[in-house]
Amino acid sequence: MQWFDRSRAWFGVILLLVCGGVVIFTELVKSGRNLHIREIAGLKAIEEAVGRATEMGRPCLFVPGLQDMNEIPTVAGISVLSHVARIAAEYDATIEVPTSRSLVMTAARETVQAAYFSAGRADAYSDDRIYYVTEEQFPYVAYLTGYMVREKPAACFYAGTFFAESLILAETGNSIGAIQIAGTSEASQLPFFVAACDYTLIGEELFAASAYLSHEPHQLGSLKGQDAGKLLAAVLLAAGSLIATAAALMPNSHALAMALHFLKDNLLGKGGPG
Amino acid sequence: MKSNIPWLIAAVTGCTMIVAWFVPVAKDWRDEAGTWYEILAAIAFVLGGANLFTQHLQKISARRAGWGYSAVTLVAFVGTLVVGLLKVGVIPDDPNYPWSGYHQEEGSALWWLFYYVYNPLTAAMFALLAFYVASAAFRAFRVKNAEATLLLSTAFIVLLGRTYAGAWLTSPVPDEYSALTFPGLTAIILGVFNTAGQRAIMIGIALGVAATSLKVLLGVDRSYLGSD
Amino acid sequence: MLDFLKNLDRRWIFLAMLLAVAIPVVMQKTFPEKPTKLVQDAFDAIENLPDESNVLFSFDYEPSTEGELAPMAKALIRHCCLKRHKMFFMTLWPGGLPLIEQNIEDIISKEYEEEHFARGKDYLNLGYNAGREVAIIVMGTNFKRMFPTDNDKIPLDDPTLPMAHDIDRLDDMDLIVDISAGYPGMKEWVQYAASPYGIKLVIASTAVQAPQAYPYYPNQLTGVLAAIKGAAEYEAALGEKYPKYRDPAFNDAIRRMAPQLWAHLLIIGLILLGNGIYFAERIKGTRR
Repeated sequence: MQWFDRSRAWFGVILLLVCGGVVIFTELVKSGRNLHIREIAGLKAIEEAVGRATEMGRPCLFVPGLQDMNEIPTVAGISVLSHVARIAAEYDATIEVPTSRSLVMTAARETVQAAYFSAGRADAYSDDRIYYVTEEQFPYVAYLTGYMVREKPAACFYAGTFFAESLILAETGNSIGAIQIAGTSEASQLPFFVAACDYTLIGEELFAASAYLSHEPHQLGSLKGQDAGKLLAAVLLAAGSLIATAAALMPNSHALAMALHFLKDNLLGKGGPG
Repeated sequence: MKSNIPWLIAAVTGCTMIVAWFVPVAKDWRDEAGTWYEILAAIAFVLGGANLFTQHLQKISARRAGWGYSAVTLVAFVGTLVVGLLKVGVIPDDPNYPWSGYHQEEGSALWWLFYYVYNPLTAAMFALLAFYVASAAFRAFRVKNAEATLLLSTAFIVLLGRTYAGAWLTSPVPDEYSALTFPGLTAIILGVFNTAGQRAIMIGIALGVAATSLKVLLGVDRSYLGSD
Repeated sequence: MLDFLKNLDRRWIFLAMLLAVAIPVVMQKTFPEKPTKLVQDAFDAIENLPDESNVLFSFDYEPSTEGELAPMAKALIRHCCLKRHKMFFMTLWPGGLPLIEQNIEDIISKEYEEEHFARGKDYLNLGYNAGREVAIIVMGTNFKRMFPTDNDKIPLDDPTLPMAHDIDRLDDMDLIVDISAGYPGMKEWVQYAASPYGIKLVIASTAVQAPQAYPYYPNQLTGVLAAIKGAAEYEAALGEKYPKYRDPAFNDAIRRMAPQLWAHLLIIGLILLGNGIYFAERIKGTRR
């Protein structure tokens, strides 16, 4: 009976380092340490976008993506919705949130309601604006594009997971003259959003959004922990590249061959602690 | 209580999946959690259908703007459900059991709806992308600075390299210099530059997912439950 | 003229795209294709497997992407039929099930009617599983937990399904072929099947997703069919090895490369035109 799979030991170490980094930095922030987050242009533009919609007397459209609440990008998208909803409440702008999952609709309703309460505009909140359309991808985007062409929202926000429909949404939004802010972790859809939207949150900027907007300690600490993980990845990449290059240039060096083998097959492979 | 119990379920299941990755003895617990997930995923379909029905019915009864579209949705939904459940047009396998037979049998009403309604509609929506790519290319791809010039040059090489035009234009290039042909350059762009960029984005996204997942498991982030 | 072009109604662009695609479709002109290394590796992965090896097909797409992925699916199934590999079909997408049945009917039953492929002995439709990536995770160590029966509700241990008797884990498959349009699909099979168990994995994916496959090649992915071009190259490789498949009836993807060529040329033309307008405006602005 094997109690521990030794071939995954190094993977466990890396996992502990990354998760440990998140926990440590969260505690550091809670203890009062200041952490700097660089400006994310897309998030700064939210206020401008909602303000524009208010001036034009047209609604804001928020699309939380295609996936359910069990997916992390959807959770991140709902965090962005909270911020957008609070600004919309303060500016007295209408915000419409058609969803493709019933659980996302429920979470979005509670989030928007909480945002309206925190802005002191509880009376302005309406459940009718946040509704479930359909789970199917293309019927959902057909509804959204139809809504956009009919109601002509002045500001469109796309935050969550998107697939092939991303360009359809972005181009339709462009054709109605809306200001568009998009964020997705789907790398294949980023080029379409970058080409067609005014601002795009690229990859992990979507996950950083909730920390950037709320400045809550656990959010900021988590962001810093991710940076620590990136630093670890960068160190491993640099070390591995140098060792691999040196080993290729000096094929007779046993030490370099051993180091490369350890890095590739042990640390990053299935060799165990070696 | 309202948020603690769901959080506990999420935390216990998530930790079980993680522990089972390292501890082979816990594999059966992971498989059990996987089976539970599969059951819940299947129930989510029913939940999704029921929600679709109630939401659109409410819209119709309240005569909210766009209620006509909701009526079309419900007619299509109920119609498809009825023909599928009743196996309309399906020849029974056993004449003594009128509802035996495969519900998606070729020629049945459900089969017809799938192949002649759903299939062309979704394919048509996906095909819209070709038109939107063209209009986006005309409107947005401008040589405003050095980066945009680099982007456009790369786009031209890949657009040509992925078709016969690229191979034909650079066909006089000798084989030993095939890397300088359009297909060769496309392979280098995709295999080297694109791969490097994709790896960087993937690492960042994976770390973001890991950190957010950790927050969900520890109960720090409960926004998925509707609370901040 | 400049004003007209500057304010060009996008419907003219849509019309141009329609003509660029429709005219080549009508004219049915084809161009020669040469397999790239990624496609050749995918071809060799199936070709070099001993005959009657276990191949798991995962049809992770729906009718919306059938235009791009169906030719790949057909070419891959034809190749496996030629090698008499035992084909297991499954899908993680609800809309994928009818597509499996269509391919079994059109390719295995009709095209290879004389070979008398038998269900349960040469091919098996396992059906749809709602578990997404969790299904792959569990299949890794307990295949029959996720698929206790085939799509006709016959237990996999039934004597009529001998090809499934020895399949206990994912790595009992000699090759996995994932035809992927999104999530769940390529990345999930790489992360939860190919990477942990070292199973050979060939991906056939849409153009949009294809760049994401490159970081995984050649370690986690044995081969990649990227977009309709990859499908055309695979058909060319199949025709090269088996001359019967040079017949245009078997070359759906090769036929689709002509519309792609003209669509790409149109896009290049539109980009050049757009930049021409941009620079003309700048010059006009400078002269004022």
